[in-house]
Amino acid sequence: MNIQDFVENFSAQFDDTDASVFTADTRFKELDEWSSLTALSIIAMIDDEYDVIIKGNDILNSDTIQDLYNIVEKHL
Amino acid sequence: MEMNNNPFSLEGKTVLVTGASSGIGRETALICSRMGATVVITARDQERLQETREQLGEHCHAEVIADLTNPDDVARLVEALPELDGAVLCAGNSTTLPLQFGSREKFDDMFNVNFFAPVELLRLMYKKKALKKGSSVVLIASIGGTHSFMPGNGVYGASKAALNSVMKYAAREFASRKVRVNSICPGMVDTPLIHRGTITEEQLAEDAKRYPLGRYGQPEDIANGAVYLLSDASSWLTGHDLVIDGGFSI
Repeated sequence: MNIQDFVENFSAQFDDTDASVFTADTRFKELDEWSSLTALSIIAMIDDEYDVIIKGNDILNSDTIQDLYNIVEKHL
Repeated sequence: MEMNNNPFSLEGKTVLVTGASSGIGRETALICSRMGATVVITARDQERLQETREQLGEHCHAEVIADLTNPDDVARLVEALPELDGAVLCAGNSTTLPLQFGSREKFDDMFNVNFFAPVELLRLMYKKKALKKGSSVVLIASIGGTHSFMPGNGVYGASKAALNSVMKYAAREFASRKVRVNSICPGMVDTPLIHRGTITEEQLAEDAKRYPLGRYGQPEDIANGAVYLLSDASSWLTGHDLVIDGGFSI
């Protein structure tokens, strides 16, 4: 697992936000496209790609993609 | 025993409740016994089922530990059943998953628990004549998949829609033995199932505000509906999906 792949997998859950917008420091909940369904997709993507089951609170408590990456890494 | 003229009473009836270790199943077992029924309870978790048994006291005819996704367990359960006046099949599971992540494996997990398990139990109870003439079966389905299509609920909703479909076929076929089959379609009910963390407590509180009656359901809201469907008060009702959802699907 590395942060580049994670950012890429993360950005793939968005339809209207350009992939170039996403970096480890992106404050994802401030993006216009962010929604509760995107949150569900992020949870499902992390289960799919990393075999880690995170909770809605993990997303609530993360500001940047890096924050979420750190949470997933702890579960590995 | 005093003559009972209350058509809503379950006095003298023997009722099977699955998923009786928690949530809607446990509450249904308790309320059925309070309404006079003798209850047979089943679930997977011995410790939690024992708690239900203790709360039931003398109204519990038997408890059977069974995993209803296991054919051997289902056969053993049906073998152990007394003649039933009713059954409420509550055992089930839920998942919140966008459809693009709904792999065959995820669908299989959900359908095994929510569809194949109750359908196989229903089939065997009828075939082995565990269900008396004039008995009543209640399947706990959902508004999801038939009355409501919230994003993220597709895998779960599809399994419950399939269950609702079989309910109607069973109602037609089992009518020859005067066995009634109905379902209850609850909206979101406050049980341990919805507090597993995929949806945050904040999101749940926000969602509950979207219900016209201003709150999520309580297990007793659903159990009381099951009592009606089990009782003689609903003698002419079969093949019906009773929506109990605080007005959500209006």
